[in-house]
Amino acid sequence: MANYRELLRHVKAEIDEVDAQAARELLESAEPPFLVDVRRRDEWDEGHIPGATHIPRGSLESRIEKAAPDRDRPILVYCSAGERSAFAARTLGEMGYEDVTSLAGGFTDWKRNGFPTQVDKALDPQRRTRYSRHLLIPEVGEEGQLKLLESKVLLIGAGGLGSPAALYLAAAGVGRLGIVDADVVDESNLQRQVLHATADLGTPKVDSARAALEALNPDVDVVGYRERLTSENVDRIFGEGWDVIVDGADNFPTRYLVNDASVWHDVPVVHGSIYRFEGQTTVFKPGAGPCYRCLFPQPPPPELAPSCAEGGVLGVLPGVIGSLQANEALKLLLGIGEPLVGRLLLFDALAGELNEVAVRRDPDCPVCGEHPTITEYVDYVEFCAGVQHA
Amino acid sequence: MSVVRIPPTLRDDTRGQREVIAEGDTVRDLLDDLMTRFPSLEGKLEFANVYVDGEDVRTRDGYDTAVEPGDTVILLPAMAGGSAAESAVHFPRK
Repeated sequence: MANYRELLRHVKAEIDEVDAQAARELLESAEPPFLVDVRRRDEWDEGHIPGATHIPRGSLESRIEKAAPDRDRPILVYCSAGERSAFAARTLGEMGYEDVTSLAGGFTDWKRNGFPTQVDKALDPQRRTRYSRHLLIPEVGEEGQLKLLESKVLLIGAGGLGSPAALYLAAAGVGRLGIVDADVVDESNLQRQVLHATADLGTPKVDSARAALEALNPDVDVVGYRERLTSENVDRIFGEGWDVIVDGADNFPTRYLVNDASVWHDVPVVHGSIYRFEGQTTVFKPGAGPCYRCLFPQPPPPELAPSCAEGGVLGVLPGVIGSLQANEALKLLLGIGEPLVGRLLLFDALAGELNEVAVRRDPDCPVCGEHPTITEYVDYVEFCAGVQHA
Repeated sequence: MSVVRIPPTLRDDTRGQREVIAEGDTVRDLLDDLMTRFPSLEGKLEFANVYVDGEDVRTRDGYDTAVEPGDTVILLPAMAGGSAAESAVHFPRK
């Protein structure tokens, strides 16, 4: 029976080792080895060699095949002092990896040589718990969650659509939520606008929204714009570095204004609209797909386009559509899945049906087309009233 | 004979029906037939996008786009509805 020292000596005699200098040369070569850090999570968090993949020693056997499917590719493995990595190298050899090398002296020696290290932004334990269900999804994971925490989403309206969208985006840990809404909470809002409560009646919606969202998740910084979006303020508000805009406006002039500004500011818009039992949602991503004007070049005359205030809306409908908008926003922020670019989703709550139609980019679109004829803000009220514009 | 889906904003004109049957080999014939059946639709259909089999007819042959029997035709006007309860009337002018 061998003690630890004897076992280590025995293992080291079986494997290949390099010192920090040689390791660095390998890593800077034209065909660098696959670099694996087998230390514990807390050691990794304090700093590691740039480009390394973290697979703790205890998970090495189960995870290495997915991380390094090609057994012919050289692997360089390291730990803090070159002991755990020696055992790891032997294990990898037993698993059929042809060319495995251990970094003698480990990360400690690497640092002592003054070679580059990297400290990843990492979630603290409290956030690991809060976002644990995200961390378990490979498509999100820690990297995705950190991305969300650094993301900025602007919501047009904190009403029926904006309420569920804002709640889910805040819960998901989107770092900054901007909300543009000039209204105060009215009793008739509470049938569907779940961001606001009875005690908030008469309170500006941006204030009750901020209180609700920060109570839900203190990680979220809520920026309220208690103003109506206009041609005069849109550049100031849109110019604050938003990654995604969630459009839940209630009128056509704002819809067209949001569209034109988002094309010029190059920010994707997640569109949602609702009426009675039916809702629509799609994504307008400048450069990648159509814009709102490609879909609807002209709004219908007001008598053919009653608002929810006039025609009513089932309270849960904005809950469905606003949640779909949050879903699309998260996909855009994370860069995952198939965003609804060029696809308009139609939801019919009464029929219980979800349909989809194609939305194509219009090469003659006056705003996002090949030869745009609208290049600055117009009078949107006039445009939507059907008045011919010079 | 095709099934035409009527948007909620036009259902007052189709006696509340969500889907109606119309005849026609092209989108134009179909819409004409629809207006014969429901005369109050006249003057309103041109504000709706028309989709045959999920494709916008503007990207095909417009109102000349052929409609096969059994195709589902969707009429879709823009809907403003969203967050607040105020209408465009209060929108500040430039």
